[in-house]
Amino acid sequence: MASVPRFWRGIGSRYNLEGTRCNECGEYFYPPRNFCVNCRRVGHIEPYKFKGTGEIISYTVIHTAAEGFEDQTPYILAIIQLDEGPRLTSQVIGNPEKIHIGMRVRSVFRKLGEDGEGGMIYYGTKFVPENE
Amino acid sequence: MRDVAIIGVKNTKFGELWGRSLRDIVVEAGAGALEDADVGGKEIDSLYVGNMSGGRFIDQEHIGALIADYSGLSKNLHVPATRVEAACASGGLALRQAIMAVASGYNDIVIAAGAEKMTDVGSEEASSALAAAADREWEGMTGATFPGLYAMIARLHMHRYGTTSEQLAEVAVKNHKNGSLNPIAQYKNRITVKDVLNSIMVADPLHIFDCSPITDGASAVVLAPADIAHKYTDTPIYIRATAQASDTIALHDRRDITTLDATVVAAKRAYSMAKLRPEDIDLVEVHDCFTIAEICAIEDLGFAEKGKGGIVTANGETAIGSRIPVNTSGGLKACGHPVGATGIKQAVEIVTQLRGEAGQRQVEGAEYGMTHNVGGSGATAVVHIFSRER
Repeated sequence: MASVPRFWRGIGSRYNLEGTRCNECGEYFYPPRNFCVNCRRVGHIEPYKFKGTGEIISYTVIHTAAEGFEDQTPYILAIIQLDEGPRLTSQVIGNPEKIHIGMRVRSVFRKLGEDGEGGMIYYGTKFVPENE
Repeated sequence: MRDVAIIGVKNTKFGELWGRSLRDIVVEAGAGALEDADVGGKEIDSLYVGNMSGGRFIDQEHIGALIADYSGLSKNLHVPATRVEAACASGGLALRQAIMAVASGYNDIVIAAGAEKMTDVGSEEASSALAAAADREWEGMTGATFPGLYAMIARLHMHRYGTTSEQLAEVAVKNHKNGSLNPIAQYKNRITVKDVLNSIMVADPLHIFDCSPITDGASAVVLAPADIAHKYTDTPIYIRATAQASDTIALHDRRDITTLDATVVAAKRAYSMAKLRPEDIDLVEVHDCFTIAEICAIEDLGFAEKGKGGIVTANGETAIGSRIPVNTSGGLKACGHPVGATGIKQAVEIVTQLRGEAGQRQVEGAEYGMTHNVGGSGATAVVHIFSRER
């Protein structure tokens, strides 16, 4: 799935939904950006920890998995808009029959996948229906 | 800037070419295009080649040099060769680089080629290589696949505009029909809406027959300044516009995931450069990596109102002989999608049509054609417009 350092350096964001915010224009960024897309060089980027609540913009149920996710099929993948504004791609844990566009969700800490037996285990953020 | 013409074209057969290597197929396409143009090696000023992932597919980088070498352009002639990469839009960008080289006056005779050899690895490894066109860190690492990303585009398009799985399937049905008329197509079998809907689900709502295949293939075109094009051919085809635009690498960061803003902007720039409108275009090759991608493309290029792409397709308006024939080659779906070659193959198809040499799939009286090539889920789009008359 990824090399150890590549995954490790993003752990703060992947585990705790740590992103950034530009104090100049007020836009929030998750995944984090260190260069504001609106203000560019005059932006002032600061860290920001997201509340972790939001709603589903669109979703799919994946039957043919990405490499490293084969034992999880079928799994729900969604684009989620966090309440602060930014959108991200994440898995949603829940009943594929009940998921819908506009559904409220909240973030949870979960295992994402692993590099086979004896390989690295990846943890990170997934989402569940808000009232669960 | 100088006007530019295409004076030679060639596609290899597209498909699973187990017996042939990347260098074999590129040489066939390149030599074929030069023969078509009747151009000798000494006249060639430069070579651009679109290739997405030689590194992942055949464990080979430095593709430009490899191709120049095996095309006989290195040892004695030392022709400069440049690889261009923009995921599945690599071919379209190679064409654009070649056009700019000729238009600027730096070069006269330039080859734009595209090639991908995808079947030397298994389908899982190929899928992983293709997923590198999206944001690996923030899409791929969450379990996103390419069909998964387009499935989310499709899901929202259906929710917002009422597009149906049957309408998506009509794209595949039409493109297979067109592919059955194209000698180089990977798939020449005709299919029905039922076949698509009964095929296995890859990423809901996309079935396997909503997806373009894994393909080996190469394509090449030869460019020259329009002023001297008639020296080489009686049927030069002229470049009226070349336009390119970028958008966010990740689908989730787009303004609206059912519209490819890069396509909208590239098309706007192309129409403005050519001083043409969508209704002037006689046929278009669009980037149908998935059936939903063709629906979005015809909307974003101005051939259907936003949200009506599915209805327009189901009505038959995009078939050969109808209002705006789309993907007469069979598209990525049926002709095949050797990713780096696709943008060049689209140009070969339009040139063949505008010359009046497309046989059974000929669009009668075609004057203007367009190509639309997309990288990733829409982070790069490149649009070209071609004409029969200068």
